[in-house]
Formats: sequence, structure tokens, C-alpha cells
Amino acid sequence: MAADLVAFDDVLATYDPALGLEVHVELNTSTKMFCGCPAVFGGEPNAQVCPTCLGLPGAMPVVNRKAVESAIRIGLALNCSIAEWCRFARKNYFYPDMPKNFQTSQYDEPIAFDGWMDVEVDGGVVRVEIERAHMEEDTGKSLHVGGATGRIHGADYSLVDYNRAGIPLIEIVTRPIQGAGARAPEIARAYVAQLRDLIVALGVSEARMDQGNLRADVNLSLAPKGSDRLGTRTETKNVNSFRSVERAVRYEMQRHAAVLGTGATILQETRHWHEDTGVTTSGREKSDADDYRYFPEPDLVPVAPSREWVDELRGTLPENPTVKRTRLQADWGFTDLEMRDTVGAGAFGLVEATVAEGCPPQAARKWWLTELARRANESGVDIADLGVSPAQVAAVQALVDDGTVNDKLARQVFDGLLAGEGTPEEIVAARGLAIVSDEGALGAAVDAAIAANPDVAQKIRDGKHAAAGALIGAVMKEMRGQADAGRVRELVLERLA
Amino acid sequence: MTDALIRRTAAEMADDLAAGTTTSVALTRAHLDRIAAVDGAVHAFLHVDAEGALAQAAAADERRAEGATRSTLDGVPIAVKDVLATEGLPTTCGSKILEGWVPPYDATVVARLRAGGLPILGKTNMDEFAMGSSTEHSAYGPTHNPWDLDRIPGGSGGGSAAAVASFAAPLALGTDTGGSIRQPGAVTGTVGVKPTYGGVSRYGLVALANSFDQVGPVTRTVLDSALLHELIGGHDARDSTSIDVALPDLVGAARQGAGGDLSGLKVGVIRELAGDGWQPGVMARFTESVDLLVGMGAEVVEVSCPTFVHALATYYLIMPAEASSNLAKFDAMRFGLRVLPEGVDSPSAEDVMRATRDAGFGDEVKRRIILGTYALSSGYYDAYYGQAQKVRTLITHDFGAAFQQVDVLVSPTAPTTAFKLGEKLDDPLAMYLNDLATIPANLSGVPGISVPSGLADEDGLPAGFQVLAPALADDRVYRVGAALEAALTDKWGGPLLDRAPVLEGER
Repeated sequence: MAADLVAFDDVLATYDPALGLEVHVELNTSTKMFCGCPAVFGGEPNAQVCPTCLGLPGAMPVVNRKAVESAIRIGLALNCSIAEWCRFARKNYFYPDMPKNFQTSQYDEPIAFDGWMDVEVDGGVVRVEIERAHMEEDTGKSLHVGGATGRIHGADYSLVDYNRAGIPLIEIVTRPIQGAGARAPEIARAYVAQLRDLIVALGVSEARMDQGNLRADVNLSLAPKGSDRLGTRTETKNVNSFRSVERAVRYEMQRHAAVLGTGATILQETRHWHEDTGVTTSGREKSDADDYRYFPEPDLVPVAPSREWVDELRGTLPENPTVKRTRLQADWGFTDLEMRDTVGAGAFGLVEATVAEGCPPQAARKWWLTELARRANESGVDIADLGVSPAQVAAVQALVDDGTVNDKLARQVFDGLLAGEGTPEEIVAARGLAIVSDEGALGAAVDAAIAANPDVAQKIRDGKHAAAGALIGAVMKEMRGQADAGRVRELVLERLA
Repeated sequence: MTDALIRRTAAEMADDLAAGTTTSVALTRAHLDRIAAVDGAVHAFLHVDAEGALAQAAAADERRAEGATRSTLDGVPIAVKDVLATEGLPTTCGSKILEGWVPPYDATVVARLRAGGLPILGKTNMDEFAMGSSTEHSAYGPTHNPWDLDRIPGGSGGGSAAAVASFAAPLALGTDTGGSIRQPGAVTGTVGVKPTYGGVSRYGLVALANSFDQVGPVTRTVLDSALLHELIGGHDARDSTSIDVALPDLVGAARQGAGGDLSGLKVGVIRELAGDGWQPGVMARFTESVDLLVGMGAEVVEVSCPTFVHALATYYLIMPAEASSNLAKFDAMRFGLRVLPEGVDSPSAEDVMRATRDAGFGDEVKRRIILGTYALSSGYYDAYYGQAQKVRTLITHDFGAAFQQVDVLVSPTAPTTAFKLGEKLDDPLAMYLNDLATIPANLSGVPGISVPSGLADEDGLPAGFQVLAPALADDRVYRVGAALEAALTDKWGGPLLDRAPVLEGER
């Protein structure tokens, strides 16, 4: 149910927002966090399980070294300190898809802490402080069967798949971001987008938001303008795209202001984001009394990464993102505005990958920021999750460059790609999209257009070449777009010279 | 005939098998017969696997015929405490909540028994989830002490101790969280060893309190314990807390100790583990035993470990905290008992969890879940769990200081001999006091042994003598334990268990 909302500008007239982001990154290790089961998706339900990840009596965990390595690399890339000694802790609460009824996580001794990331927003840089990045295990997955909604309430029964239970997660928590004002929604989006780029560059996760490899929880609170204390926060769970991160922050700001405006108080709770309606609804109440009874996991020994190992891992980090952007902007010849738009759209990594596939930088930028951004927007997903790969975009542009298709026909190739019709070449063939280079057919169409438009033809003969557009349009229409407009123009002018 | 077979020690049985004077099938059948004869009265076993044990015995005999034995103890049967996962054999932990559960995997120690060729006779009774000192908290009824069937066999591993004491098994596995191997050993006149924490794998041990639990041998002689300890001990990659260091030579230490020379050894008597509340007959046997050590050349001094008086309180905060979390997984979702709440239409998962845990857990388990949940709660954590961990560190420091002065520490294993069934059932604090002397070793992870020290004058029941050594120096408890055992056996003119009464069902 949608609450009354306060207009965004009015929120800012009265309140300062404080923003916090918790991002869960599912690592791409080959095995789970604490056992040897494969950590891959798509297996038969409950086929990738063992006594440990099923929480059977007597089974014990063993830490996955690769997951610790990934955690340290993420921590280093976020400019964090790496703990010399840290422990896992049990987070105790009952839930049917959590095998042990406690999650093995980290509490007051995270592997990485006190870092920062410089986030580019609108051409400027905002430093987001990272409180911590810690290791934990994922839960199983419940499937609620029967009832109308697929939710637990009203379901006839529930099935649980434990394949996901025990998959390694890194939770990255920011410190409260204050003073963001009107830019809070944008900063939230830019932070998550840039964090995703970083995770991709590190190669530690598939980092697909639509598949849940990267899951963002948005914490938001409002405080009276000028106050230095923080208001009561809500935590909006599992916001599954960059765009939704921005929308969820904006929505919660407007909703909080509406609640506070009536003199009521904000309930400290988790909220669910609804992609379709763009609203959040109340989830579980989460008060300070919510007590997870954390204590150090007695079945695991402390993790104490040697400084030599940490230094060795530091040497494996990808290029600093800011330096890399400056370098690539120069390489690509983008203006500041073009670069800002590219980053803002979450397309920086995509453009980079497309250029790496041989596409001219401006063409790569054009496709991602116009045609593909529009389609992503229409489907409500991030462009990275649209289903078109950088290699495909480069292949389409190659077809434009060799004259097989023009820009307009290329759009139809993208239609075909999204419909899963095969490679760009196959789509051109199957849909008959190639430009007609048969001079005879083209000449006939030009002659027909001249014959049908004697007035226009006369103007051109009189030297008004600007009038040629009408004839070219007629020819293109006749050819269903599959002609080279430049060649048509030449033919028209030749005949009417 | 049967009697002659089963009264041999495990080491002697191994020798007989090697000499070809008996077979594993004969040994196993003799023990199964003994179980059939006496276990109705003793109730040491929750599950007997006659068919499986005989098949394993036949396989052991075949291997031996081919000259392909797998271990010294290949073919010697054994009983396993029901808290250890056994593939294909029910594992209940003495609880209704696991009734009928058959694990799909073996605990590492069980896998090592199988690899060593020991036929598994069955699973032994215990206090529910190892919570107790009398085995009266078993959901399947108590075990009776073979020395007096009206008395407790100790706990939580009363089943393993009584099985060995009643000659129903030559060897058994126990687990010791606060004394559950050593205290039953003391009150049944048997030998029990709690190894160094991390010395034996815990993988497949259904945890009571993970930071205290250790699997260890339950036997009639010190040498038998050493043989079994060497078989089950050593590093296991499945248990992160397992220590990747080779075990000391335990069998060698036991043989050396049996030679009776303790010259050069410094022994510390722990001042805090004596005094009011300690049964005079237990103390008398303890003092005599210390004198025997002196007679064998040991130098004995009194050592003070002042923080030990806080050991019980410390233990009863940390142990329930860990247990409360460990037991959360018993939720009817994936294994074990499932109870639907009465009068609830289409109950939720939470309703089923609640009803199952209410019906499946006994009172002592619920008591400790509540204690532990409380000790970990926000606002109480620092005062209870946090504070207890600090005291735990101090207790470890006391051990460290003591072991600067002496090679081993000694005390009576338990303050009293076996009490009557039901006597302390309604008084949890009185029950907890039984573990006063054994708990410090669990708090700091050091190894300990209990060997019989004789019968108390008041009641004619067995008392136990405890030897503690620094972490990883398990060989010392075997050396001293074997020396005392040899001296006492000599004094008595035979093993203490020869004086146990004839059991119902015996001819």
C-alpha cells in the first residue's frame, strides 16, 4: 500500500537524509564457504549439499581459503585495513531455510575495516567511507507453493533448497553518508554501480544484480535540517538494480518525511522494495531489542592472514578506478560530459569491454547510452543485466562499419539479439536486414520517386539540393530502410543534375 | 569359556588374535552374549548391532588369515557412545528429538575404528546431549552401575563406562565436556582419558560445548586406553580445531609407566580440589595413591590453583551458551523428530519447531538452553559469557603456572563414589558438583586420565584418581596412570573389577 509522500524538494527543505548501504557480494569460489560442495547455480534442488552445509548433527565447518583471499582483495580494493587476527561469530536466529539456525558470520572482528571509496557523481567525487567488509555464508532458499502470492503467508506448503546454503558472501557496509542532500539517491546508485565495477574488475564474483550475486540493502534516515544526530532508520532489503537503489532512496526519503510530518515516528524495521510499483512495504520489525546473541564460533580457529600474504594480494589488485578512468577518457577521446554520462549510466565497464572487442569508443558509447539504455529503462533493468554482451555490441558496430547495415537496421539487430535469435550475422540473414546494394533495384526506386514527385525533382534541377531529402525519404521508405541513404542521395543528384 | 574370553584386556585380546588362539567372531559373539545376559539389568546400550558386528568380525578374521590386519586392535570389538555419528546405525544422543535418526556419515573417530578393523557392538547410553553426571537424563532410561544396580554409573558417558565395567565390551569411546569420560570411569572402577583438546577429531561428535568437547577412550586398563587413543587420535582436516602435530608415543609411555619407576617426576597435588564435601573414603584412597607414587620415586608437592574454585561457575556459563546455539538446529526441518502442534490448523514452520522442541527435549536440556540463551543475551553477555571467558583465561594461567613447577597435577577424579539413582535428580546444583575436579581440564584443554584408586571404606564403591598434564603431553598421564595402576593391582592382587559383584544373568 502506497503511503502519502512528500514532494522530494520539500523533503530537503526540512530534513537532511543520512544514507547507508549494505551490499552482499556472492563470491565465485568453486566450493562453499565451509565445506567442499560446489558453489554453482542451477543444480537439482538439494543435490549440492553435505552434512556440513545441511547442518546435520556432528558436522563441522572448515574455512575456504579462496573466500578469505577474495575478502582480503575486496578489502584492499576498498582501502580497508586488513585484520591481523579475526574470528567468525554465530548470529543466532531461527529460520527454516537456515540449516543450523545460526549464520556463521563475523561480528566485531571483521576481516576488513576502515576503508573508503571515491564515488564519481555528476563529475564530482564523493568519498564514501567503508565501515567494514566481512565474510559470512548464504542461507538456503524457500519456495512457497500454493496461495496467490508466492509468499509464505497463505502458501499451502513450502519447499527448501539448500544448494545455496553455505555459499560465501562478503558483506560490505558503509558508514552513514551524511550531507548528501538532494544527491543522496544518485550517490547511492553511483556507489553501488562503482562497487559492482570494482567487484567485476577483481574477478571475485559474477556480480549480477538480477541474479542476486550482488544484493543491496538501503538504510535511510532523516534528521531535522542542521541537526547532527541521526534519525530512526529503515532498512530496505534486496534492491535488485542500480536504478532501484536510486528509486528506493528517493521513495524512502519522501515516505519518511510524510510520516514525520504527521508527528508520528519512524518504525525501525526492514522494508521490502517492490520493483513494479516503486514502493516499499513494511517487513519485519527490527528494534534494538532484536538480539542475535553473537558469540565467537567455537568450531573455527581465528583467521590470521600473514602480512606477506596480504602484501602479495595487494599486488594482484586491478588499476585504481580513478586513474583508470582518466586514462581511458583520454584514450577514448570522450568529453567530460560524455564520460560523466557513461559512468552515471553504469556503462563504463561495458564501454570498456566493448572497445576491447574492437568497437570504436564513440560507437560503443552511443549504443550503450542511447539504444540499449532506452531498452533497459523500458524493461526496468540495469543495462548490464539487459542480456546484450559487449562482444555483441562490437559485432553489430562491425556490421555498420562494413556497410552491411545502417544505424536504423542495427536497432532491429538488437531486437533480434534480445529475442535470442542468434548472432548479429544470423539475425541480419534471417530478418533480411542487409542494405540493398543492387544498383538496378535502387536506380528503379530512385526513378520511381522522381516520377512521383515532379515538383520536388524540378526544385533539385533548379539547384535546391536541400530538397533532395524528400526524395531520399521516399526511396528509403520504398526500400524498407534497407538502403544506404548516402548512395541514394548520390543517385538522386546524378539523375537530376 | 565366554567369561575367560571377555575378562581379558583389549591388549590381551589383540595378542590372542595375533597368536591365533581366538578369533574376532568368537570374541564378538562372546560380548554379544554377555550383552544379552547382563544388559537388561545394566542398560549400557541403546542399540546393539549384532549382525553388523559379526560381519565386521568375520571380515577381520579373513584379513588376519590373509596377513592383512589393519591395526593392533583389528578384530577387537568396541562400543561407541551414542553422541558420535555412525553411518547406518541410529544415533540419538540419548534424546527423543533424534529418535530413529540414522546418520548418512561416520564421525572421523568412527571411520578410524572401521579403518582399524574394530567391530562395533553398538551405541551406548548417555545423558541427553551429554548433559549430566549420572546418565539419568537419558530419554531412554538410566544406566545402572555394575557395582550396585541401584546406583548411577556416572555421566554423561555412563553407558560406555558401564559397558566396559560389566565386561559387555573391552573398549568404548566416550566424550568428555566437563568430565563425562573421567567421572564415570571413577565411579565404575574403569579407566577413562580425556585427550588434549584438538588431539582427537570432533568431526561427527554431536556437540554439547564445542570448545570443551573431546572424544577419548573408555577401557579397563591404561594400556588399552593408550592403544585406542593412538588409533583414533591425530590431525583431521575436517576439524579446524584439530592440532596438526603427531601424537606422543602413548603406548610406549604406558609400558614405561607400568615398569614402576617414576624417579625424576614432579607431581603436584591441587590444594583446591580437596576439603569439605569430599568423601573421606575417596580422599583416603587418593592419599594412599599419592604415597604409592612417592614410593616409585616421584617428588610430590602441593600446588595452589586459586582460580579453580571458579571453574564450575565459569563452565556453567560458557557450556550452556555454546549448547543453546548448537541445539538450535534440532528444528524438525531436515532430520529427527517432527511433532505437529495440537489444535492448530495448518501450522507454520515455527509452530512445528516449537512443538517439536517442546516434546523432543528433556528438562535438563531445556534448562541449559535457557541458561545459555540468557548468558548470551544483549545486556547480559559482558556480565556472564564475556566474564566467564576471562576467568577461563585465568584458569589456563593457573595451569601454566602450576606446570612450571611440576610435570603432572593430581586430584581425586570425583568428590564422591556413585550415589543412588534419583538422589540428585531434583537438585541440579548437587549434580553439577560431581564435575568439580574434572572441569578445569576442559576449560583449558589439557589432557587428563582417571584410574581406579580402590574402594571407599564407607560404601565399598570405586573411587578414581585423576592425573592432568600440560596440553600435548598426553604421554605423561599414561605414564603416571600406568605406574599407579601397576602398583595398585599388585597391592590388590588383581584388577579392581575382579571385586565387582556378580551380575544378574551371570552364571
